[in-house]
Amino acid sequence: MVIFGVALLAICLLVGVILGELLGLAIGIDANVGGVGLAMVMLILIVDYLKKRNKLSKPSQEGLGFWSSMYIPIVIAMSANQNVYGALDGGPLAIAAGVAAVIVSWILVPIISRGGNSRFDDEDENIDVEGGETDVRSAN
Amino acid sequence: MYEALTNVFTSNGLIVSFAIVGITMYIAYFLSDKLTKGRLHGSAIAIILGLVLAYMGGATTGGSQGLADISIFAGIGLMGGGMLRDFAIVATAFGASFEEIKKAGVTGVLSLFIGVSASFAVGVIIALSFGYTDAVSLTTIGAGTATYIVGPVAGTALGASSEVITISIAAGLVKSIITMIGTPFIAKYIGLNNPRSAMVYGGLIGSTSGVAGGLAATDPKLVPYGAVTATFYTGLGCLLAPSILFLTTKAIFG
Repeated sequence: MVIFGVALLAICLLVGVILGELLGLAIGIDANVGGVGLAMVMLILIVDYLKKRNKLSKPSQEGLGFWSSMYIPIVIAMSANQNVYGALDGGPLAIAAGVAAVIVSWILVPIISRGGNSRFDDEDENIDVEGGETDVRSAN
Repeated sequence: MYEALTNVFTSNGLIVSFAIVGITMYIAYFLSDKLTKGRLHGSAIAIILGLVLAYMGGATTGGSQGLADISIFAGIGLMGGGMLRDFAIVATAFGASFEEIKKAGVTGVLSLFIGVSASFAVGVIIALSFGYTDAVSLTTIGAGTATYIVGPVAGTALGASSEVITISIAAGLVKSIITMIGTPFIAKYIGLNNPRSAMVYGGLIGSTSGVAGGLAATDPKLVPYGAVTATFYTGLGCLLAPSILFLTTKAIFG
């Protein structure tokens, strides 16, 4: 049933957020420490485990898939209720930070992809480039 | 008549926001296709439109919650609020395969940690140069420079102001747009022509829509490799930014 997938997602989020709160308490900051990230790792591992044993029915996956595809729309709603009017002064800061981050990342790409571990280097030559048939622009 | 309409809108807030966001996305994808031939991803245009709507909401009401300040659009606040946002972010992990991430090996994992830390550091340095000195604002802007999701997640957790959270979203958005537009032009200079460098690219930049859009414009066959690592970036950022990176920032800047 669809609700099983949605419930699995809800349980992962709740457990992750509870762990995040406890972690925050443990290290003495009044914040949720990576609860969302913990929930994501949990979901990846659980889905992997269930899929391998064929325990995750198609409707359950659809329940997960629906909320996964609602990610961009929710981000758009999120951007629509931000204090843009009050933050206009910060515009140049945002542009400077965004541009600088991309340039730094571009510089790092050749450095890191050359300095990788050798085992992956060996395999790399034999990897067939597959996929990319789907139109990523229309998939959300 | 007008009152009846207002009543319907206010008592069905969340439904109204589904309709508004859907229409916004339709317009955005139409513009993406017709004006930019898909080079600028529809989702990026939709987010820009969302920010424009938020500006209009703020300009009309003088409030601090963008479009949600206009009573008939209050449902936007529910749809874009922390609860559904976190729920949907976690759901995106459903698309990531544990087997595929193993293929990225040490290089992919390394690029993720370096990518989150480097973008964070760049954001903090720029925020400092713009006069921000408190650890919470610096962390939030640094986190937003990682991605426009990590910024608000860290900012909300640490209690940053809405202005700072908005700057963090804008920084992540600029990063995403630059990645989409710039990737095909920079690709040959940084060796972006094989699965391994695509995985490193996804791990370093992180913005899923930016990386997917940019790689699609470069070579569609590279998209899945970049997307695999990029999917993990937001999770790692949500994990690191409000914890280790915040504590580090706090230790350095007080």
